[in-house]
Amino acid sequence: MAKESRLKYLTNGIIKENPNLVLVLGTCPTLATTSSIINGLGMGLSTAAVLICSNIVISAIRKIVPDKVRIPCYIVVIAGFVTVVQMIMQAYTPALYSALGLYIPLIVVNCIILGRAEMFANKHNVIDSALDGIGMGLGFTLTLCIMGAIRELIGSGTLLNFRVIPASIPGMNILNLASGGFFVFGCVMAAVHYFSKDKSKIRDNVGEADLFREAQDLKKKEA
Amino acid sequence: MFKSLIVIMISMILVHNYPLAQFLGICPFLGVSKDMDAAKGMGVAVTFVMVIATAATWPIQQVLNHFGIGYLQTIVFILVIAFLVQLIEMFMKKSMPSLYVALGVYLPLITTNCAVLGVCISNISSNYNYIQSLFNSFGAGLGFLFGMILMAGVRTRLVDEENFPEPFRGVPIVLVTASIMSLSFMGFSGMFS
Repeated sequence: MAKESRLKYLTNGIIKENPNLVLVLGTCPTLATTSSIINGLGMGLSTAAVLICSNIVISAIRKIVPDKVRIPCYIVVIAGFVTVVQMIMQAYTPALYSALGLYIPLIVVNCIILGRAEMFANKHNVIDSALDGIGMGLGFTLTLCIMGAIRELIGSGTLLNFRVIPASIPGMNILNLASGGFFVFGCVMAAVHYFSKDKSKIRDNVGEADLFREAQDLKKKEA
Repeated sequence: MFKSLIVIMISMILVHNYPLAQFLGICPFLGVSKDMDAAKGMGVAVTFVMVIATAATWPIQQVLNHFGIGYLQTIVFILVIAFLVQLIEMFMKKSMPSLYVALGVYLPLITTNCAVLGVCISNISSNYNYIQSLFNSFGAGLGFLFGMILMAGVRTRLVDEENFPEPFRGVPIVLVTASIMSLSFMGFSGMFS
């Protein structure tokens, strides 16, 4: 039983509770960095690396950190790992680093990472948190790759820089631009809604809005 | 001099609009745009925090550079922003209770709003001086407010969900709406060269 539930932590994030398609978190990098598969994959893997490391550390320190200052503590842990990832990418993958640009430091404010810290890592032990981090990270990477593949294929007619659609057919450049990002994300999410069996999981608003509502309720209680 | 500041501001509002052209601050843009009042409040609060955060982070970056530890940018900036947001919240609660009632609920969310950290970092990476940075942030905030108001205006008319195909109900139709809005914002892209 224990093993089964651990496996569930791992697989949950990939499809059932996919962080950006089902929970609708972390929309900024999903839209901004998926103009090609390589960029999407790079962003997905670097976010996953930060997520796994921060989940492990946060779950390890969850009993030491006082409840009142936990969010600033989590942010420092996350920002530390983001800086590490940033420096590694700058050293070993300079092309990807300049393509992703501003969005690498912005991994700090990706709501998936803080959300998992708050919802999962501060309630579970280190191994479970690591598995959850791997699952969520892979789910995020998978979505980014799908988005990148669609936008790259239709937008410039290539996949991983190999030409798939002959050059005589011009690509629909619009998909590589901002509006194409919104459109493809909307369509992919609609497709997920269409094929998902459990319709109760579908959210009618962005995940961040729930956080907003919670904050509002908390304020009302205080008043 | 003054003309170039105005150009920076207008280009941040129309050409490089944060939610619609740069994909920054998408979460509140999609999440809090359901009703007009919340959208306005969020937009104003973000603008306010952006300008104050820039006023604080730009000098700090100079200090970091002076000691050769510029790579600590991300950690220091996010901490400064979190600290500032907390401070603004406490200050508002004590001395401006009416403003606190209007904007207070949005403040905790702003710490994790990528537009605020984004504008602080992009001011540094585009080598703006102090005044230019402040105008750039103010423009970015106004652009965000502008996008929020437009989006909320459209979304008040999207209530009647029976007209859409079922899978598109909820978030997907909002994304498609944003796509069309972003398409129209592309028309501004040739305004400044």
